Amino acid sequence: MPIFWLFLIVLAIAAVGFVIGRQRALQSAGGDSRGLHSLPGYYGWNVALKAMVPAFGLMVVWLLVQPIYVSSTVSGMIPESAIAEGSSMGLVMAEVRRAAEGLDSAVAAGAITEDFARNARADVADVTQRLKDAGQIVTSQITQPVLRAAQEYRILNNTGNLVMSGLVIAIALAGALYALRETNAVFRARNVVEQGVRALLIAAASIAVLTTLGIVLSLVFNTIEFFRLYPASEFFFGLNWAPSFSGRGGASDLGILPLLWGTLYISIVALLVAVPIGLFAAIYLSEYASRRLRAVAKPAIEVLAGIPTIVYGLFALLTVGPLLMEVFGKEGLGWMQSGTSVMTAGLVMGIMLIPFVSSLSDDIINAVPQAMRDGSYGLGATQSETIRQVVLPAALPGIVGAILLAASRAIGETMIVVLGAGAAARLDLNPFEAMTTVTAKIVSQLTGDADFASPEALVAFALGMTLFVITLGLNIFALYIVRKYREQYE
Amino acid sequence: MYDAPHTAEMKVNQKEIKFDCRDCQVYYGDTHAIKDVSVQIEDKTVTAFIGPSGCGKSTFLRCLNRMNDTIDVARVEGSFLLDGENIYDKKVDPVQLRAKVGMVFQKPNPFPKSIYDNIAYGPRIHGLAKNKTDLDDIVERSLRRGAIWDEVKDRLHASGTGLSGGQQQRLCIARAIATEPEVLLMDEPCSALDPIATGQVEELIDELRESYSVVIVTHSMQQAARVSQKTAFFHLGNLVEYGETGQIFTNPVDPRTESYITGRIG
Amino acid sequence: MTDASINNAAPGRRPGSLLSADVRTAKRNAAEKRFRAYGLTAMLIGLFFLVVLFVTIVRSGAPAFTRTVVDVEFTLTQEQFDAAESELFKTKAYSNLFISELDARLEQDGLDLDFDEAAIERLLGKVGGTLREHYRANPGDLGQPVQFELAASSRVDGYFKGRVTRDTLQDSRFLQASDLDLVDALEEAGIMKQAFNWTFITGADSGVDNPGGAGIGASVVGSFFMMLVVLFLSLPIGVAASIYLEEFAPQNRFTDLIEVNISNLAAVPSIVFGILGLAVFIQFMHLPQSAPLVGGLVLTLMTLPTIIISTRASLKSVPPSIRDAALGVGASKMQAVFHHVLPLAMPGILTGTIIGLAQALGETAPLLLIGMVGFVARGYPDGFLAGFTEPNSAMPAQIYTWAARADVSFYEKAWGGIIILLAFLLTMNIIAIILRRRFERRW
Repeated sequence: MPIFWLFLIVLAIAAVGFVIGRQRALQSAGGDSRGLHSLPGYYGWNVALKAMVPAFGLMVVWLLVQPIYVSSTVSGMIPESAIAEGSSMGLVMAEVRRAAEGLDSAVAAGAITEDFARNARADVADVTQRLKDAGQIVTSQITQPVLRAAQEYRILNNTGNLVMSGLVIAIALAGALYALRETNAVFRARNVVEQGVRALLIAAASIAVLTTLGIVLSLVFNTIEFFRLYPASEFFFGLNWAPSFSGRGGASDLGILPLLWGTLYISIVALLVAVPIGLFAAIYLSEYASRRLRAVAKPAIEVLAGIPTIVYGLFALLTVGPLLMEVFGKEGLGWMQSGTSVMTAGLVMGIMLIPFVSSLSDDIINAVPQAMRDGSYGLGATQSETIRQVVLPAALPGIVGAILLAASRAIGETMIVVLGAGAAARLDLNPFEAMTTVTAKIVSQLTGDADFASPEALVAFALGMTLFVITLGLNIFALYIVRKYREQYE
Repeated sequence: MYDAPHTAEMKVNQKEIKFDCRDCQVYYGDTHAIKDVSVQIEDKTVTAFIGPSGCGKSTFLRCLNRMNDTIDVARVEGSFLLDGENIYDKKVDPVQLRAKVGMVFQKPNPFPKSIYDNIAYGPRIHGLAKNKTDLDDIVERSLRRGAIWDEVKDRLHASGTGLSGGQQQRLCIARAIATEPEVLLMDEPCSALDPIATGQVEELIDELRESYSVVIVTHSMQQAARVSQKTAFFHLGNLVEYGETGQIFTNPVDPRTESYITGRIG
Repeated sequence: MTDASINNAAPGRRPGSLLSADVRTAKRNAAEKRFRAYGLTAMLIGLFFLVVLFVTIVRSGAPAFTRTVVDVEFTLTQEQFDAAESELFKTKAYSNLFISELDARLEQDGLDLDFDEAAIERLLGKVGGTLREHYRANPGDLGQPVQFELAASSRVDGYFKGRVTRDTLQDSRFLQASDLDLVDALEEAGIMKQAFNWTFITGADSGVDNPGGAGIGASVVGSFFMMLVVLFLSLPIGVAASIYLEEFAPQNRFTDLIEVNISNLAAVPSIVFGILGLAVFIQFMHLPQSAPLVGGLVLTLMTLPTIIISTRASLKSVPPSIRDAALGVGASKMQAVFHHVLPLAMPGILTGTIIGLAQALGETAPLLLIGMVGFVARGYPDGFLAGFTEPNSAMPAQIYTWAARADVSFYEKAWGGIIILLAFLLTMNIIAIILRRRFERRW
């Protein structure tokens, strides 16, 4: 892993720089650290930071830019005619990458020589055969232009990596030398280092923004790509979800409405379970329970929130599903065809959301000032009248916010629906019918065999975009309500 | 304990005793907050409880409508007779008691509801109104008697929290009146108000005396002198002196009362 | 206020003693009791679900930790070995030796049963091959008694654990009703019994047709490498970001932007982070698929908001007087933070980090998208560095893969995996609680 070694080399340069910088500073003050402007360590840090930061910065930028540059250069080599009917540039590029990886592994395994892998005049049939011999998976899609592109792709990447390594090391050394030269007794090392650390802190804080940017960009670009292959109107208003499994080309119906309906239906069932139970449990715990009961029951209920969703998924699939089948299945009422259904997933998701609703509501109920309760008791209201008519109305905005947050959780929940809700997309009202959700389909479309460039896989990004927008909207709205509510009592 | 002069005794006897409290003790956990307090509160009188901070006057006030029940660690002993019935009897429902003994708090605490709903809350839960018009009448009457009707009659459905501090406190008094209590307890009702609002509330208290027995806890001796007919001085959990307000302020019997009134302790 | 108020003082007052509740009060008190009962019921339902969940997990998962084995002492002499090696079907020769040994053992216990090689194969798989391999590898064992513990097939295991019964069994090439008599006899003779299933703890994922050999060990290692990545990235980045936001950030648009981003990221569905990982780390940056490194990066981004939020809370809880004291003796702002505030906030930060890690450890959905599904966890990585880049799975993803398989024998493994996963989570949470109890300061 050359990047790892490069990383270590830069670290080593920084470490050596630290020691030398510190000594140099001490020397310039005649060995007496009191003569320095800053503590000796700061001079060392100054050198280390100036060696590391620009070098790592360059490394990150290079690693981000190189793939873009290589891809655009290589894709320029592929003539329009090489793109088969029903295929796209993305598919061909995926093929190029796969071929390049095959060549890489074959070279690494010693099956072919580096020269052979680079040979621009190599014949497709010959290379394919040698690759197959080397145990590489080779598809029939490899054509002469693809092979050429793959070779070019390898060469560009190798050169790129080499140049990057050289430049990064050079910059690290240059930074260290520059910092060493400015090291002397009057140099304000502490101020400079603190500026640098501050910049690093800002960079760390910016990662949150970069993450959001990354999410938005990866969703937007792929969604646009998807809408190029599949009409947006059919996606948003299509009533049928039936991706073709053959992979490329086959006619797929990719309408989001059945998925949205499944998502919504399951979330509603989940909230119908979680909101009353969670709310009443919160009321009981904050208004009635003795201190000792509260100390035991509150963390116990919150344990439900710490259990991974895969556990709930399994619980839905293997425990709740069969249980519901016994009552509502063919043996019982006959409403249910299989263990996976809206009801199964909804019930289990409801259990998962109970602590979410209850602990948020608990906080909000506790935030209602005692003066409100005293006012009500002073008028002769009972405890339940006080709760229902004074505390809850006062806490209502906050509770609505909590429920919205829970709803956004329910909509974004994946594992429970993947295991508990079924795989068939359906527009149906029967809650005992198997339905599927946006999240479950994102998983199935992206973990299947479909090529990343096919509409069947790209649709997952459009689904992700929809999911992101919906949950983001709910969250912003909920946080706004909660914040507004908090201000009321501050 | 009530070595009031003969003349005062006469007046006391003229009025009916509303609350008869004897040998009352209150403990907060291990703290003995009220020690051996006995006091008789008259009907249609304003009784002021004065004393330095932490002397137990508010605690004692909260005993009178069992508001201390909502505090887990508080324990109350002794007999509190309201019209001859012990309010700490097991058979007494504090809810019913509080309908008879209303309370107004230190900080105005209107509910985050409309002015109308704030007033109507008590009558609704106690079922005092037969129908909507009846309720409207109660609300109007209460607001009038709370001396705030003219200020809010045009915005009955605006939020109670939007009023000024003085208005909010009068709203809370009107809210307490709306349940038709027999005794009205006020816990430093003016401490959060400016002088003008205080004046309005004091005026209101004076008028309320005609129909209720009012017990007011106050920090301000001037206020006690202005609004009350009887005054009780608490110190360190003891009732030091109880008698006619005029007498307490002009001629206190106990040296501690005198020290407090002249500003030496407190 | 009019003078009339004296007369209309008590239109609404109700006479009556306090000592007896009136009808309305009685009704209201009944409503009070009902309301209270609703609350209690709701709380009990919540606790009931918790209990049901744990009972289900323990009951369904415990069998994964045992397996059915044939525990038999077997001696092979040099002559028998030579004879078997000279046969045409060598493994068959070993099998026959084994069968006659087994037969003799059963007869000792007075159990006379006819069984052939096929039956043994259905029960125990290719015994001959196993024996032959052992003796070829360890020639020194020849002539001495060797204790063999041979795993029974998953169907026999199912029979022992009640998953397969005589009534439901249909004769197939995997197991026949007659075999069950042999199983019963072997059990009676004490040869076939339940033993602790070390393979489950240490093994890697097996093929779809071999539930008995499936183990969670490899994916535990995968999870471990992911957690290393998460810890070493999210702790420094999270702490740095929190220090900036809490101590240095000016009130401006950029700070607001970051704050809004963090609170929103905390609520973005985990699957969206999986999409991010797939698009950015795999498609765009071409990092290796299914690698714990990528999984760790995705989980880092997912955990960061949690860690930042809890770190900021613990920084906030350090009173400003500490900062003033440091600044007062001439420390720079940076020194005040790093020398005084940060060490004081450290227990809280570590607690938050552990809880964030626990959350990341249980996350499944994003891992599926970057290819860390169970069946890639076929073995342990070749070394420390390879542990980050070689395809592997993680515990929850492995559990998912087992749960999604058609063979019901895998369900038991999935529940067993959950027990192990929860054991890790429990340990982490207990550490967090101890840290909090031990170092929590009240100012």
